Parts: sequence; structure tokens; C-alpha cells
Amino acid sequence: MENLNGYLIISAILFSIGTIGVLTRKNAIVIFMCVELMLNAVNLTFVALSRHLGNLDGQVFVFFVMTVAAAEAAVGLALMIAFYNNKESIDVDDINLMKW
Amino acid sequence: METLFFLLVSLVAIVSAILVVTCRNPINSALSLILTFFCLATYYVLLDAPFLAAVQVMVYAGAIMVLIVFTIMLLNIRVNATKSQSHKIVLGMIIGFFTLLNTAVIVFKSRVALPTGPLTGEIIKQQGHTELIGREMFTTFLLPFEITSILLLVAIVGAVILAKKKI
Repeated sequence: MENLNGYLIISAILFSIGTIGVLTRKNAIVIFMCVELMLNAVNLTFVALSRHLGNLDGQVFVFFVMTVAAAEAAVGLALMIAFYNNKESIDVDDINLMKW
Repeated sequence: METLFFLLVSLVAIVSAILVVTCRNPINSALSLILTFFCLATYYVLLDAPFLAAVQVMVYAGAIMVLIVFTIMLLNIRVNATKSQSHKIVLGMIIGFFTLLNTAVIVFKSRVALPTGPLTGEIIKQQGHTELIGREMFTTFLLPFEITSILLLVAIVGAVILAKKKI
């Protein structure tokens, strides 16, 4: 595995693209997908370093990250459906009920 | 040959990730995201983790993305052409650029000096990746594994309560 830096750079690029998406988009579902992209970028770092160091702990961590992502998808999408039923929109600009 | 393949997959992964952010229609974003997940599964195969690649395709590209696409189609959001779809583009680009710069500096300036384990490519090929992962998960990480089941139960209950109109 001489190519560790390549994997880490790809992971950094994907994470940055996800960050830009979270910060610039208005559609809540697209923001949600960008968060998934960031989680996957971190997973790639975990697997690359785990393989580089010859230690399986990182790959088990990837499983836990996937579990959290699945739980997050279920709850997050349910929240979006509940919000859409109230406001007929899923723009994050319209989510201002608890804004001070 | 492997380097060429790696570069090709990287190109597809980065282009599809950019499409996730830039597409106006959420459905196109979701399809690009599925492509990115497949590229990541390819990386896992290259990194001698075939079981993780299978789980990536099944859980991410299968389950989670189906859930997201279902929600997009269920809500049937019309893309408003006149209204702008994004805000604070310049600020977001600057922050994303600095995130990239920061991680790149860390990657190139630092050295991985953690304690290494016994695992090599030959051991993975002999014993099988699935068996190694399973053994690790059910011995060292047994307690976190059990706690994960509670997390999933809470997520199920939460999703049902949130999506129902009246409990």
C-alpha cells in the first residue's frame, strides 16, 4: 500500500466538496446527501489507514459509522416529511420556527 | 496498471461528487451520489476489504439511497426556476477550500507513526476478510456492537413517531 497519500487526498477532496454542499445548498435533502458524502469520505480514510497500519479496528469503526448513517437517514427523512406536511417546502430558509 | 485504474476511479468519484452539489434537481444529485458510493466500493476492493465493499453497495447504494430517492419522489418538490437554489456560495467555497488546504497540509507534512498491527495482504487472502472482521467485531468490539442495536431501535421508534400525523 504505497498509495496511502492518494487515498487520503481523495478523501479530503470528497470531504471538502461535501462541506461546500452543506454550506451552499438550500434544499434540505441535498444537504442531507452532502452529509452522507462527508461520512463516506471519512470512511475511506478509516479503511486506507487501517490497511496501511495492518490493524482491523478502523474497518470495524466503518461499520459503526454506517449504522449511525442508517439511523440518521431514517430519523432525518422522517423529520423532513413531518416538516413538509406543515410548510409545503423543505428549504432550510423556511425552517425558522425555533429561530430567536 | 493499478495506478491508472486508481486515477480513473478518482476522476469519476470527484466528478460525480461535484455533480451532487451542483445539480438543481435533487433526483440527479441522488443518482450522482449513488455513483460516488460505487466508486468508494471500488476503493475498498483495491484496499483488500471486499466485505466492506459489499456492505457499502448494499447498505449505502442500496438501502439508504433508496430511502432518499423514495422521499424525494414522495414529496414531489417542484424546482422553482426563478428562486435561487443556493446561498452564500462565495463564503461556502472559501470555507471548503480552507478545509481542503488544511487536510492537504496535514497529509503531506505529517507522518503516520501509529503502532502497526499484524495484518498483511497474505493473511487477508488466507483467512478471508469477512472472518477477520467478524472475529474482531464479536470479541474486542462486542459491547459497542450491542449498543448499536439499541441505537437502531431508538431510530426505528423515532422515525415512526415523527412521520405519523397523530400518535
